[in-house]
Amino acid sequence: MRKVYLDHAGTTPLHPEVYSLICEFMKDTFGNPSSIHSYGREAKKWVDEARQQVADLIGAEREEIIFTGGGTEADNLAIIGAAAARHKKGNHIITSSIEHPAVLNSCKYLAKNGFEVTYLPVDGYGLVDPEELRKAIRPETILVTIMHANNEIGTIEPIEELSSIAREYDILFHTDAVQTAGRIPVNVKDLGVDLLTLSSHKMYGPKGVGALYKRKGVRLEPVIHGGGQEKKMRSGTENTAGIVGFGKAAEIAARDLDSEYKRTIELREKLVQGIIERIPDVKYNGHPERRLPHNVHFSFSYVEGESMLLSLDMKGIAASSGSACSSSSLKGSHVLEAIGLPYELIHGSLRMTLGRMNDAADIDYVLEVLPEVVARLRSFSPLANKLTV
Amino acid sequence: MYNETVMDHFQNPRNVGEITDASGVGEIGNVVCGDILRVYIKVKDDRLDDVKYMTFGCGAAVASGSMMTTLAKGKTIEEAMQLTNKDVAQALGGLPPQKLHCSNLAADALHKAIEDWQQKNGK
Ligand code: FES
Repeated sequence: MRKVYLDHAGTTPLHPEVYSLICEFMKDTFGNPSSIHSYGREAKKWVDEARQQVADLIGAEREEIIFTGGGTEADNLAIIGAAAARHKKGNHIITSSIEHPAVLNSCKYLAKNGFEVTYLPVDGYGLVDPEELRKAIRPETILVTIMHANNEIGTIEPIEELSSIAREYDILFHTDAVQTAGRIPVNVKDLGVDLLTLSSHKMYGPKGVGALYKRKGVRLEPVIHGGGQEKKMRSGTENTAGIVGFGKAAEIAARDLDSEYKRTIELREKLVQGIIERIPDVKYNGHPERRLPHNVHFSFSYVEGESMLLSLDMKGIAASSGSACSSSSLKGSHVLEAIGLPYELIHGSLRMTLGRMNDAADIDYVLEVLPEVVARLRSFSPLANKLTV
Repeated sequence: MYNETVMDHFQNPRNVGEITDASGVGEIGNVVCGDILRVYIKVKDDRLDDVKYMTFGCGAAVASGSMMTTLAKGKTIEEAMQLTNKDVAQALGGLPPQKLHCSNLAADALHKAIEDWQQKNGK
């Protein structure tokens, strides 16, 4: 059976070049980068190189990269660390209603500890309105955190505009760029951000490693305390192999950005058009233009998402859904709720995110399988079949 | 996540569809996740001569409807009223804990269909 992985916004496979380099590194480089001796210095050399590669991907300086245990940890450090460093200035934070749980729950944690949080609404496409940000700013506002692009519907936020408003008021601006880095150009200077989150495993690097870009001069309190690694911002002996792999992944992402972008968009358009042509009663969610190149997000009326995922999985196709039934909390996606999708269309949502391994034959296969899956589930859906008795 | 029996009933659900001249119909909306399951029954001599269902729900809901209709078919009204979600889940060889509520849908919708028949027939 053909296997088609369409969940690249969830995680990506390791790039073969990354895999080889990690193996080469791990074979005999085991030193602790903090050590003075040659073993330590050798390990430090590798880590420094990776730091440069990650910095280059986002137009930053090497010194501005803090390696963390992943994107979630980088979000925690940015938000909780900024709040702790600035709490004397104020206690108000602004975010959006469609952030990743790493951001939302960091904000919630602060809300339990004396901070106030404003959640900006989004429009039907998932866009934050810069004017809404301006209206929400108060004298006590110390931080704005808004994602670069949404992980579910792929909408790219107007970060440049949003960050310039924050700058007018001397408010720190953080963005979670986990979904965008390596997929669209990400440049910290163009974006005008003070803090930016990256994750390795979303760009064909290993899991368990991420980074926070911290603009020179921005002050944060660490969240993890210990031996003072990463310029005291993230204690704990470095995950050297992970960092080396992350660096390589960042280098490849930068190298292949343009070609992958074009190739992915072509595949995406083929998939989107194919679905619209073959399946009635669908809704294409997210923004038509301001959209991640690899994101396809539909709602299929009358069918439930988990049932779709199971059916697709039996045919070798891996995707995801915002349906309540497919989440362990049995709550529907907060993102789809925020863009105003009715509950039935949240239930019937399907996200397919493309990646390097996908080709046109994969799309043909999906276009063959998906219409059958939807038709079968609709054939016994009480919503598609009105009560006749 | 689901065992083989559940996956089998999901993939090849028994008794899906509607009964056009049903004696009773029951529809339940799930308060936990918002899903829907509808049951049609055909009663003959106080027995469930035929039972069919439709669902807008997860894999566990599809499988529960399939198992419930399989268990209910041929039972007397009295026996069918005793059928619980536990019976359905057990016959499926167990459901993940967070999916037990889905089997409620099936049992509840069956009981509602029977009540509908009882009402229509003054029982
Ligand atoms: S019916 Fe919704 S979780 Fe099972």
